[in-house]
Amino acid sequence: MENKYLSTEVSIFCKGCGHQLIAVNTEKALNKLGLSPKDVILVTDIGCHGILDKLSSTHTFHGLHGRSAALAAGTSMGLENPKKKVIVFIGDGGSTIGLQHLVDAAVKNVNMTVIVHNNMLYGMTGGQTSGLTPEGFKTETNPAGKQYQNYDISSMLSNAGGSHVRRLVGMGDFSEELYQAFKVQGFSSVEVMEICTSYGVKFNTGKKVTDFIESAGMEIKLFPEKIRAPYKQNERDIMSSLFENIEAINVKYKNKLKKPLKIIVSGSAGEGAQLAAELFAEAAVGSGLKITKKGSYPVTVGVGFSTAELIISPKDILYTGIVTPDIFVITSNDGLNHAKAKLSKMKKGLLLIDATLNPVAVDPGVEVIQYKFRELATPRSAMFLALDILLKYVPSFPAEAFEEAIANSKIGAKFNMEVLKRAEVPKK
Amino acid sequence: MKQKKTILTDNSKLVMESLAQSGCDVFIGYPITPANLLYKYATQRFSVVQDAPDEITTLQWMSGYSATGHIPVTATSFPGFALMLESLNMAYMMELPMVAILVQRLGPSTGTATAGAQGDLALLNGMISGGHALPVFCLSNAVDCWEIPNKAAKIAAEFRTPVVILTSKEMMMSLNSFDMGKLKKLSPVERKFYESDEPFVPYKPQKNLVPEFLPLGNNKHRVRITSSTHDTKGILQHSTPEALGNTVRLNEKIVKNAKKYSFYELDEQESDTIIVSYDATAEAAREAVGMIREKGKKVSLLICKTMIPVLEEYIKILNKYKKIVIAEENLTGQFRKILFGTHGKEGVTGVNAIGRMISPDDIAKEVK
Ligand SMILES: Cc1ncc(C[n+]2csc(CCOP(=O)(O)OP(=O)(O)O)c2C)c(N)n1
Ligand code: SF4
Repeated sequence: MENKYLSTEVSIFCKGCGHQLIAVNTEKALNKLGLSPKDVILVTDIGCHGILDKLSSTHTFHGLHGRSAALAAGTSMGLENPKKKVIVFIGDGGSTIGLQHLVDAAVKNVNMTVIVHNNMLYGMTGGQTSGLTPEGFKTETNPAGKQYQNYDISSMLSNAGGSHVRRLVGMGDFSEELYQAFKVQGFSSVEVMEICTSYGVKFNTGKKVTDFIESAGMEIKLFPEKIRAPYKQNERDIMSSLFENIEAINVKYKNKLKKPLKIIVSGSAGEGAQLAAELFAEAAVGSGLKITKKGSYPVTVGVGFSTAELIISPKDILYTGIVTPDIFVITSNDGLNHAKAKLSKMKKGLLLIDATLNPVAVDPGVEVIQYKFRELATPRSAMFLALDILLKYVPSFPAEAFEEAIANSKIGAKFNMEVLKRAEVPKK
Repeated sequence: MKQKKTILTDNSKLVMESLAQSGCDVFIGYPITPANLLYKYATQRFSVVQDAPDEITTLQWMSGYSATGHIPVTATSFPGFALMLESLNMAYMMELPMVAILVQRLGPSTGTATAGAQGDLALLNGMISGGHALPVFCLSNAVDCWEIPNKAAKIAAEFRTPVVILTSKEMMMSLNSFDMGKLKKLSPVERKFYESDEPFVPYKPQKNLVPEFLPLGNNKHRVRITSSTHDTKGILQHSTPEALGNTVRLNEKIVKNAKKYSFYELDEQESDTIIVSYDATAEAAREAVGMIREKGKKVSLLICKTMIPVLEEYIKILNKYKKIVIAEENLTGQFRKILFGTHGKEGVTGVNAIGRMISPDDIAKEVK
């Protein structure tokens, strides 16, 4: 029994439109393939070629202009079933607005067949010049003829790695060629050269499709086949829960905090400010406190300032912002420059700043301590030393908690803890 | 009482774990700050993760996955979301379940990738051509980051629709101490597919206005899915009454079922004044309310989580108050205008800011 995939007895296109011949040949080729219509998913683009859903007894998927190849790729990857045939009908117009999708599907060798209906212009919108329009081809928007060469879509798809790429002239019976493409497991495409009888013929009287193919130097051929395994999602190791390896933080230490303490630490990218702040936060939690930590750095992460806003509090923290901090810790010039605006608003509290830096325009109400963080601990560990000194100078939770968090962290083995232990605490 | 288990985490992790436990199995990603943590966690947790070459492809692939029976997820920020708009309209018209997380950052345009903002609600409110509602849910704290994504995934499946989870940089990227004991057990989405032997009519609505779903490519019934104006069979029509009826239904489906997804937090006192907020600013509003009450004054608070469709309840609640203070981190008061129009209403004021978080003080000052 012959399956019917597309009913093509009556054409829905303009008289003589090449799209009809593609429909007829597709029907024949699918019959040769012999799949059930329910094994075929026809994904159509926006354009004249895409209006035949109602004629199809296969699954149909009709989306946006130019996006059919991506929609089909998603469908094919979603099914991941070699028994299902995903077919894309797209025009020459759709081929450039959605070029990325076609190339990507060829690069990945997604299991699907694309039929490019290349009538050398945008048909549905009235015959404008498209990217695939060959040089010299006249259209309504280019009555003198296109001035430059066309995209060679088949070469591009072949170069991208499509398994089976062919260009043919859309005349007579080309169902065998379509059948060959449908049979491929992987990406295949057939670019069918045709003419739009309504707009193409009108402006290019006396010219044949083949004239343009010839003058554009487009080869009619099966491009060298690149048969390889079709795209398949890799098996990956995945976690059973994102929280599976996260241990609860034991409360081992006691804290002396009666109200929230707002701290901004400001240093240079690559000098560990974010990690120091994170371990400080961990230690605070290990001392029974609640914390929030917000990192801030320029868009390019590796250079410039690196700032963290920390709130530690004996009760739940709602608002996580810091308008003016109780304590500012600054360990580098980048950090100081970034801190200036907020620093100038501080009227009281404490500024811990590296001895090499000049804390200009600080309100006299703010206690300033200059300390050789960079010199004693090296720039890479300056923020660790600064936060350790802070804990010893302003008792909130024990410095041992912080030191333990550092020792247990990924940098613990290499960290010079002696520097922290030996550093002198400033006198009140 | 549950045992306390305090960990340090960002909320991105809560969101992605919640979606994974909800049964979302596919993540399509294109990197953009401040949504990158979500992408990273997806690669550790989702069985299918695809790195798309751009955000248009992202939404198209998601639509392909959705049509074949999956519930795909993506996460982006305005620049990527803008590229997704046409495809999101497509998925809406096709009635394909999926979850898009929009993490707001400072605009316009590429703006500041690493600064927070609440600047995209007005866009979401008008993003479907025709003015249709597409469900948008907002996260106001860590617990929401766990519970709302689960609900959002269920709503996407039950109502055959894309949904947007609206959030912002501070909500997704800050590190917090969090008590895991606060996490409720989540139940996964239970998908029901069309089972009858009768031919499948892909856009024939049930009583609740939602058509039954059947994956594309199944062996039993032919499925037609289209984003052009169509009849119940999924056949393109210019503007027949049936097809226009279908287009109208798309909006009614979302608006008339809103009772099923009315998420908000109301903390009322006998007062003339109510504070309204959402997203990252909600926490500042909660703190402001605490400050005001500590001084012996009364004030009410409404935290909105269902942003679109705009709930009738919101208007009913707000109409009881003489003074309404709406706090949101954008220039012009987008939610305020959605609620009360461009010209506003007497007694309605906004607390707005860009480039910085709105503080509890800012809000308390406006309440006075
Ligand atoms: C994003 C977008 N831009 C423009 C259009 C308008 N449009 C509809 S069909 C079409 C041209 C179709 O031409 P082609 O792909 O060559 O197919 P044909 O009609 O020739 O078969 C265009 C540009 C659209 N639908 N969507
Ligand atoms: S306008 Fe051109 S492409 Fe479109 S149906 Fe008519 S002949 Fe075919």
